[in-house]
Amino acid sequence: MSRTLILGLALTALFVGAALLSFVWTPYDVETMSIAQRLRPPDADHLLGTDHFGRDILSMIMVGARTSIAVALVAVGIGMGLGVPLGLWAAARRSGWLDEAIMRFNDLVFAFPSLVIAILITAVFGPSAVNAIIAIGIFNIPVFARLARGAALPLWTRDFILAARVAGKSGLRISAEHILPNLANLLIVQGTIQFSLGILAEAGLSYVGLGAQPPVPSWGRMLADAQTMVALAPHVAVVPGLAIVGMVLGLNLLGDGLRDLLDPKLRVLRT
Amino acid sequence: MLRYTLTRLASLAISLLVASAVIFLVVEVAPGDPAAYMLGLNAQPDTVAALRAELGLDVSRPERYLDWLGGMLTGDFGVSYTYRTPVAQMIADRLWVSLPLALYALTLSTCIAFPAGLLAASRRGKAADIGVTAATQLGVAVPNFWFAMLLVLLFAINLGWFSAGGFPGWDDPLAALKALTLPAIALALPQAAILTRVMRSSLLDTLGEDYIRTARAKGLSRGQVLWRHALRNALIPVLTIIGLQFSFLLAGAIIIEQVFFLPGLGRLIFQAISQRDLIVVESVVMLLVFAVITVNFAVDLAYAAADPRLRTRR
Amino acid sequence: MSLLDIHALDVAIHGTPVLSDVCLSIGAGEIVALTGESGSGKSMTALATMGLLPDGAEARGAVMLDGTDLLTLPEAQLCAHRGQSMGMVFQEPMTALNPVQSIGAQVAETIRIHTGATRAEAKTRAAEVLTRVGLPPDRFPLYSYPHALSGGQRQRVGIAMAIALRPKLLIADEPTTALDVTTQAQILDLLRGLVQDFDMGLMMITHDLAVVSRFADRIAVMQRGRIVEQGPTTEVFARRRHAYTRSLFAASRHRADLGPARPGAPLLTVENVRRDYALPRTRLFAPRRHHRALADVSFAIRRGERVGLVGESGSGKSTLTRAILGLEPVQAGRITLDGAPVGPETTRRMQVVFQDPYASFNPRHRVARLVAEPFHALANAPRGADRSRAVAEALTSVGLEPEAAERYIHAFSGGQRQRIAIARALITRPELVIFDEAVSALDVRVRAQILDLIAGLTRQHGLTYLFISHDLSVVRSVTDRVLVLKDGRIVEEGPTAQVLETPRHPYTQALIAAAPRLPDLPDGEADAASPAP
Repeated sequence: MSRTLILGLALTALFVGAALLSFVWTPYDVETMSIAQRLRPPDADHLLGTDHFGRDILSMIMVGARTSIAVALVAVGIGMGLGVPLGLWAAARRSGWLDEAIMRFNDLVFAFPSLVIAILITAVFGPSAVNAIIAIGIFNIPVFARLARGAALPLWTRDFILAARVAGKSGLRISAEHILPNLANLLIVQGTIQFSLGILAEAGLSYVGLGAQPPVPSWGRMLADAQTMVALAPHVAVVPGLAIVGMVLGLNLLGDGLRDLLDPKLRVLRT
Repeated sequence: MLRYTLTRLASLAISLLVASAVIFLVVEVAPGDPAAYMLGLNAQPDTVAALRAELGLDVSRPERYLDWLGGMLTGDFGVSYTYRTPVAQMIADRLWVSLPLALYALTLSTCIAFPAGLLAASRRGKAADIGVTAATQLGVAVPNFWFAMLLVLLFAINLGWFSAGGFPGWDDPLAALKALTLPAIALALPQAAILTRVMRSSLLDTLGEDYIRTARAKGLSRGQVLWRHALRNALIPVLTIIGLQFSFLLAGAIIIEQVFFLPGLGRLIFQAISQRDLIVVESVVMLLVFAVITVNFAVDLAYAAADPRLRTRR
Repeated sequence: MSLLDIHALDVAIHGTPVLSDVCLSIGAGEIVALTGESGSGKSMTALATMGLLPDGAEARGAVMLDGTDLLTLPEAQLCAHRGQSMGMVFQEPMTALNPVQSIGAQVAETIRIHTGATRAEAKTRAAEVLTRVGLPPDRFPLYSYPHALSGGQRQRVGIAMAIALRPKLLIADEPTTALDVTTQAQILDLLRGLVQDFDMGLMMITHDLAVVSRFADRIAVMQRGRIVEQGPTTEVFARRRHAYTRSLFAASRHRADLGPARPGAPLLTVENVRRDYALPRTRLFAPRRHHRALADVSFAIRRGERVGLVGESGSGKSTLTRAILGLEPVQAGRITLDGAPVGPETTRRMQVVFQDPYASFNPRHRVARLVAEPFHALANAPRGADRSRAVAEALTSVGLEPEAAERYIHAFSGGQRQRIAIARALITRPELVIFDEAVSALDVRVRAQILDLIAGLTRQHGLTYLFISHDLSVVRSVTDRVLVLKDGRIVEEGPTAQVLETPRHPYTQALIAAAPRLPDLPDGEADAASPAP
């Protein structure tokens, strides 16, 4: 295993572990406020200090990790679950109106950055974490559809696919038996990258108030709350930011490490 | 090339039409009547009806859609429900902040990424490459709005070189540029990291091609091969990313505007959301989508200019 | 003193030796062929001479070009030599040219970087050079891009780039392997003419002994990074001192023993088949034009017949294969198998063996699953232990151990993979087998073994097959009857020996004239026995 992979695994495990641990234990209760303890810099009692309501930042980071991971994971799931079949379907038809229609649909969805989708949804239904999931998820669909189609098309010209067609197998069956297993590595690596992008997007959406709503703690909103406090107590702004960087860095390193391990020639999409 | 342009142009028009329909429909299904919302709970039904007529809400949906669409084509985006001023005017004012900011950031990110990507690719595996790669790894992990807060903390609060936010207007262009500098840097650096990575890997891919070996056999040095043969071929995927980045920068600008209290489209849209001024939301979103689709169209054309094979293909 | 003197050249890549003690000399105006199977070190020798070895390679010994040891030169001086005093032509004309630069610019570049000529001067000279290689600017403008040219034309551009400055040494690495026979003959003629005109030395790398026999003055045979035998072509051909050389020659001329054909009732009937492909519009509202891949093709195959199909690229071979397999619709005509129109119903009664042993198998499946795939279409396919037994039997019949079933495909060599492909094709006992260039990607000795295997299975099971190939010598070896396909039409048909000896159609005549053939050798009978493994 490469150093990249080990570091990526370690960082990811740290945050996922903290999120899981937060279900059973956090150093302090995240909903208990204490004005006397407000904006305390990191010390022995509060390892990462307290915020403007006197809440323990470490505890909030742990619970916030839960929100971030859940939102990003479900969003990637939506993107993969809908995008990959669409891409495979388009590739199975190779040309013709269906492929064209799927690709145009992709282009169209690509024209709506997740923030814009979130704005639209929020304008209509009001803000919530579910909005963030839907917005990021929708944006992930064309990413996976393009990736799957792009990687499946050259496979369809390979002789082993022709052999399967000679054996009388249907397009659906060939996609499932021959195409999908050969895309697995690529999808794992791209999934990791989209996961990290999802964490970033979730943070951005909650920062502008379009994501998880109080009292659910989230890293993005911690930063929004910290903004006016930055001059008084820099740690309230620095700590949640570092958490985001650590989690995203971990996932990216994990993705790169996995790619090197599985197949260095994989072509992932970078957006 | 003309045929290619025309086909792309047709597909551009269709995309815009479908996008406008999607936006209109989504906003239309919004629960609640804007007129009733604006007048409060105790409004008389006839007052609401009068306002609905004034806002043009009393006609059928398809008619309203066509009105909206036709209006946009002539530059008339309707009238804000809240401010009763033309939406076009509101957007135009704000665009003068958001658009320069996005372009400023795009320029910065391209100016950083090209040399960095070239350097890393030409020194593959050496210290410079490892340094650039590590920096990009960190760069893609930093949320731009947090980076913006750190910039404010350092350059505005601690050093006092820049103001922490606000925008003085374009009467004094230098002051305006100065006010946009920190936001542009915050937007540009994470994007530059992505672009650098794409540039580097695209160059390395291209350097592995057969025609690079042919060029070396002609007597070109490694450096000459990079400049004359690899760069232009490597630019094709880089162009795609630059096109995509423009949309990210516009969207990112909406968030960054919040950090720096800039009176741009972002502020406008968040105000509009909180006041349920749906026609403003609709128009700004349409404008953003229009920008993204048009930029991608431009990228397609740039593709064809860079790659002769595309001009004759469909 | 020779023009090029390679002396005791050793090359190792990351410590693994790839060339040992290579000694070779080439004089001005001399054509020296470097031959051997894939991986024997032919290309490495060429790249070492050019100073273009891959990263991590280390060369020792001496490569003297006109008295200068290239191995000791710093990179900057090597650059001055490449393109100026030595040029190189590569195998793959489709990828060897920069797709986004016009052909004129690519040829002019060689001139400009070495001579400091102005843009206009370089352009004029590029036009001259392109004219010399058979691409006159009035028909092939300097501003054309590579994608608009055919493979042979691109290879001419590649040659023009290499010889633009009249180098003393030209290295050509399998320059005609990717081309059709008729194009190959033209390119070989061009190279020979250039050698005479410019008094160049030519290092010609090829795996094809037949090409060597007519073309080279001297020949060096390589095996596992060493030159095992070298000398004047006629002498090496006559003597064949080294065992490896002998086995190469035997394999090149190998004829498989097919056994007598016993044609029965008609099995496959192709009647007046036409297949058009729509081309993209050239102008926005212009009517779509069509490419006619198959124009009125008719023939029949009887049970027990072994039929060959010969044609160059673009002749419609692949389209015809897919149409017979029922994988592609035709616009006119009928294809029937045993009276039934081909389609999903007949597909399972036919099987195919493809050309590329590396692309023929899903790398994610074990051999057992790969070989058993054709059972999918059978209603009464064996299951469980019966299926395993069938797979084991199929593998044994193609000369592999039954244990191979548990392994993945990457564990096998190209020849073994082709055996597995044959096992897969025969496991359902299909009524018709299509061999689609099934031995074209194989080295000559492996090819001989696979042809023997096909012949053996034919004798044993009385196979009926259509053997598609561009290689006349292979078709001669394993078919009774041959069809010649050109531009979507069958231009000649008849018993294989008769068509190849006394072709009637001008195209068949040209094809046979262009195909390089090994000369008859005096002691040919002595080593006609089965080739060494």
